[in-house]
Amino acid sequence: MLREGEIRIPSGCAISGIIDRKGRRCLNGQKIVDSIAIMHDRSNGLGGGFAGYGIYPEFADLYAFHIFYDTMEAKEACERYLDRYFEVVSYGIIPTKSVESIQDSPMIMRYFVNPLLTKAKTIGKVPIDEETFVVETVFYINSNIDGAYIFSNGKNMGIFKAVGFPEDVGEFYRLNEYDGYSWTAHGRYPTNTPGWWGGAHPFGLLDYSIVHNGEISSYDANRRYIEMFDYKCTLLTDTEAITYIIDFLNRKNGLSFEDISKIIAAPFWSELEHMDPAEAKKIKTFRNAFSSLLITGPFSIICGFTDGIMALNDRLKLRSMVVGEKDDIVYLASEEAAIRAVCQDLDYIRAPKGGEPIIVRVEREEK
Amino acid sequence: MGINLLYPKYEVIRNFDRCIECRVCERQCANEVHSYDPELKRMVADESKCVDCQRCVALCPTRALKIVETDNTFKKNVNWKQQTIEEVYRQAESGGVLLSSMGNPQEYPVYWDKMLINASQVTNPSIDPLREPMETKVFLGKKPKNIELDEAGNVKTILEPQIELELPIMFSAMSYGSISENAHKALARAATKMGTCYNTGEGGLNKELYQYGEHTIVQVASGRFGVHPDYLMAGKAIEIKMGQGAKPGIGGHLPGRKIGEKVSQTRMIPQGSDAISPAPHHDIYSIEDLRQLIFSLKEATNYSKPVIVKIAAVHNVAAIASGIARSGADIIAIDGFRGGTGAAPTRIRDNVGIPIELALAAVDQRLREEKIRNDISIVVGGSIRSASDVVKAIALGADACYIGTAALLAIGCHLCRKCQTGKCNWGIATQREDLVKRLNPDIATKRLENLLTAWNHEIQEMMGGMGINSIEALKGNRLMLRGIGLSAKELEILQIKHAGE
Repeated sequence: MLREGEIRIPSGCAISGIIDRKGRRCLNGQKIVDSIAIMHDRSNGLGGGFAGYGIYPEFADLYAFHIFYDTMEAKEACERYLDRYFEVVSYGIIPTKSVESIQDSPMIMRYFVNPLLTKAKTIGKVPIDEETFVVETVFYINSNIDGAYIFSNGKNMGIFKAVGFPEDVGEFYRLNEYDGYSWTAHGRYPTNTPGWWGGAHPFGLLDYSIVHNGEISSYDANRRYIEMFDYKCTLLTDTEAITYIIDFLNRKNGLSFEDISKIIAAPFWSELEHMDPAEAKKIKTFRNAFSSLLITGPFSIICGFTDGIMALNDRLKLRSMVVGEKDDIVYLASEEAAIRAVCQDLDYIRAPKGGEPIIVRVEREEK
Repeated sequence: MGINLLYPKYEVIRNFDRCIECRVCERQCANEVHSYDPELKRMVADESKCVDCQRCVALCPTRALKIVETDNTFKKNVNWKQQTIEEVYRQAESGGVLLSSMGNPQEYPVYWDKMLINASQVTNPSIDPLREPMETKVFLGKKPKNIELDEAGNVKTILEPQIELELPIMFSAMSYGSISENAHKALARAATKMGTCYNTGEGGLNKELYQYGEHTIVQVASGRFGVHPDYLMAGKAIEIKMGQGAKPGIGGHLPGRKIGEKVSQTRMIPQGSDAISPAPHHDIYSIEDLRQLIFSLKEATNYSKPVIVKIAAVHNVAAIASGIARSGADIIAIDGFRGGTGAAPTRIRDNVGIPIELALAAVDQRLREEKIRNDISIVVGGSIRSASDVVKAIALGADACYIGTAALLAIGCHLCRKCQTGKCNWGIATQREDLVKRLNPDIATKRLENLLTAWNHEIQEMMGGMGINSIEALKGNRLMLRGIGLSAKELEILQIKHAGE
C-alpha cells in the first residue's frame, strides 16, 4: 500500500484545544487527553496526536526537534547532519509507556538544538535568518534522509503523535508528565491508512501546529500556489498545506491571524456591501492578491502558536466547532461534550460562525 | 474541362407538397441558390452555390426544405479522401492558396472530452448553489508580492491595474470588419450587462461603442488599424495581438469590398482599400521589442490599463509565455489551434499550432516552476465550447476563458465556415447592409446574456458538486480532473491522474 505522501487520503476527525489566557503553565497534558477521549467515535484508531506549548521551560530558547527514525542508518545520517549545522544542547529518547493498542513504534528521539548560522549556507549573498534555516533543515531531512522524519521543530513546544486512538497516544507519550499553557489534540478518521506515524496530526512547522478536521476542496489550488514559495507538500494532506499557508502569511508576509482568517476563509462578496469601506477594500485586495489561498470545503482548524491559538471554521461552517471559557481558560472542540468533559461550569459556550476566527492571545505578565 | 466540375457538396431537398412558393428562401439566400422558374412554375435550386448555412431551412414557413450532404462520391480511398482530391482540382485550376474560415474542423484529439470532473461524496459535502453563495468573480492582472498595511491595518499597497469580471468568460477578439456592426453592438452590450468584457479585435472601435468602454478590451495588432490615444484610453485593457490560434505565424487580410464607410473610418484607412495585417509586428522581432511596445502602451495610458499579450498556442508556448511574463505584460491570452477566424489559409488552419488544453497545462506549470505565475494572469480560448470546458480550463490553471465561436453560435452562426465570402446570411460575418440588418442587436444581446447566464449556472453547479464555493479555489486545482483514454505522456503534460487513480 502507498504511504502518506504517495497518495492523498481524505479523513474526518476530532479536534480539541485548551489555552490559559494568562500563559500560566497550569494545564496538565492529561486534561487535553480527557477532552479528546470523549470524542472516541470521531476517530478510528488510525491516528492521534497532541501539541503542547510551554512544556520545555528549561530549554525555552532552543528548537526542540522530535524525530521518528525507521532505522539506525537513518538516525546516524540525521544526527551527522544535525551535528554539522546545529549545537545539540541536549538529546534523548522521548519517554513512552507500553500501551497495548500502540504497536510498531519507530525510534522516537528529541533534540534541543541551536542553529550554527555561521555554517549555514546563504541564499545569494544574503545570510538567511534562523527560522528559514530551521525550515530548510526540516525540509531537507524529511525529503532526503530516508527513514528520518522531523515531526516537531518549534521552541518550548512539542508535538506527540502516533497511529492509534488519541487517548492511547496520550498515555503512550505519558502526557500527564507535561505541563503547559496551551494544548491542542487530534483524533483521526482516515478513509484508509498507510499506518505511518508521520501521517498522524498535529502537523507542525516551527512553533505553528495545526489540527484540522475536514477535507478541503481547494487542496490542489492551495498546494500548487504555496509550492511556488519553496514549500514542499510531501504528505499531500490538507493539514500540511494549511500549516504552510499560515507560515507564509504570518511569518513571511507579517499578516496578523485576524487578517489570515480574512484570506483563507474570506467573507463572501455579498458581505462586503455591508462593511466599512476601508475594510471592504482590504478584503477585496486580499481576495485578489491571495486568491489561491482561499480554502473551500469543510474545515475546522485549531492553530497553535507561541503567543496563542486561532480556531477557524470554513465560511459555510461545514464542520462543527464550539468555544467555551471559564476563569481565563478557553476551550475549543469539535463537540461540546469534549469541553464539558474537562470543565462543567463554563462562563459561556457558543458555536462561532463560519469564517469567524477565535483568536486567543496569552497575556504574559513577564517575558 | 470536365475535371473541374465538382459535384455540389450539398443537395437542396425541397418537399413540393409543402412548398407554397412564397420565395422566402430566394430572398434570404445571399448565395443565390434558390430561384423561381416561371416556366416550370416552381422553385428551383443551384446547389453548387449552397454552403449549408441553414438560413433557408430555418426561415421556410412550411418546413419544405432540408439540406443534405450529397452521397455522390469518388471511389473511396483512405489516403486520398474526396476533399483532398477536390482541393487538388481546385488548386490545379486556380493556382491559389485555399482559404477557409472558423476553427480547425479536422479529427484531432479534443482533450476537453478526455477529462472528467470530480464531485464530493461522503467525506466532504457538495454545496447547493441555490442555497449557498457560489462565487465566480475573478480578477485579471499582476498580483503584488505582498500586501503592506498601515498602522490602522488598512491597505497601503496599490495594486497594478486589474480587470474585474463577474464570471470567468469573456468574448474573444473579433474585429469590426470581419463581423458586422450589429454583432459588435450585441457583444458590447451583453458584456456590459453581464459584468465581463468583449474584445474589439484589430479593427478599431466604432465611436458608438465607446460608451461600453469599461467592458471593452481594445486590441493593437500588427496592422495597427484604428489605434489612437482615445482608442487606447477607451477600453478596460489593451491587448497586443501577436498571434491567432487559427493561423499562427500569419497576418490577416480584410478585402477592400468589406471596407465600407464606417469600417473605413473606424480602421482609419481609405474606403475600398485592402486592410492587410503583416504576419509579424514590424516593430517586434524579438522579446525585448515586445517589452518596448508593452511599455509604450502603458506610457500612453498612464499605467492605468492592464496589457494583455495574445499568442497562438505553438510548440514552444511555455517558454514564450515565460518570456512574456517577464516582459511587463499583465495578462497572457493563449489561443488554441481550434480557434476561429474570419479567413485563414486552409493548410495553416488545419496543420499549425497545438491544442489549447496542452498549451495551457504546459504554460501554467512552467510559470509556477519559475515562480512567476502571480506576475501574470492566463486567459485561454480556441476553443471553449461549453461550461464544462470552462471548468476544466480553470482547473488546469486558467484565470478566465475567451469564447468566440460559441458567442457567434449564440447569435445565429451555423458554422458553415464561409465567413471569407462576406455573404453571411445570418448578418454576422458580413458588411452588406441588407444582411447586417437581419441581425437584431437587441435580440442578439439577450441571447448572449442568456448563454453566459446558462453557462455560469452550470459552472456553479459543477463547482458546488466539487464542494467548491468560489472559483479561485478551482483555479489550477488539477486534482479535480482525471484523464480518460489518455497515454502516460499526455497525462504527464496535463499533470492529471487517470480515471481510477
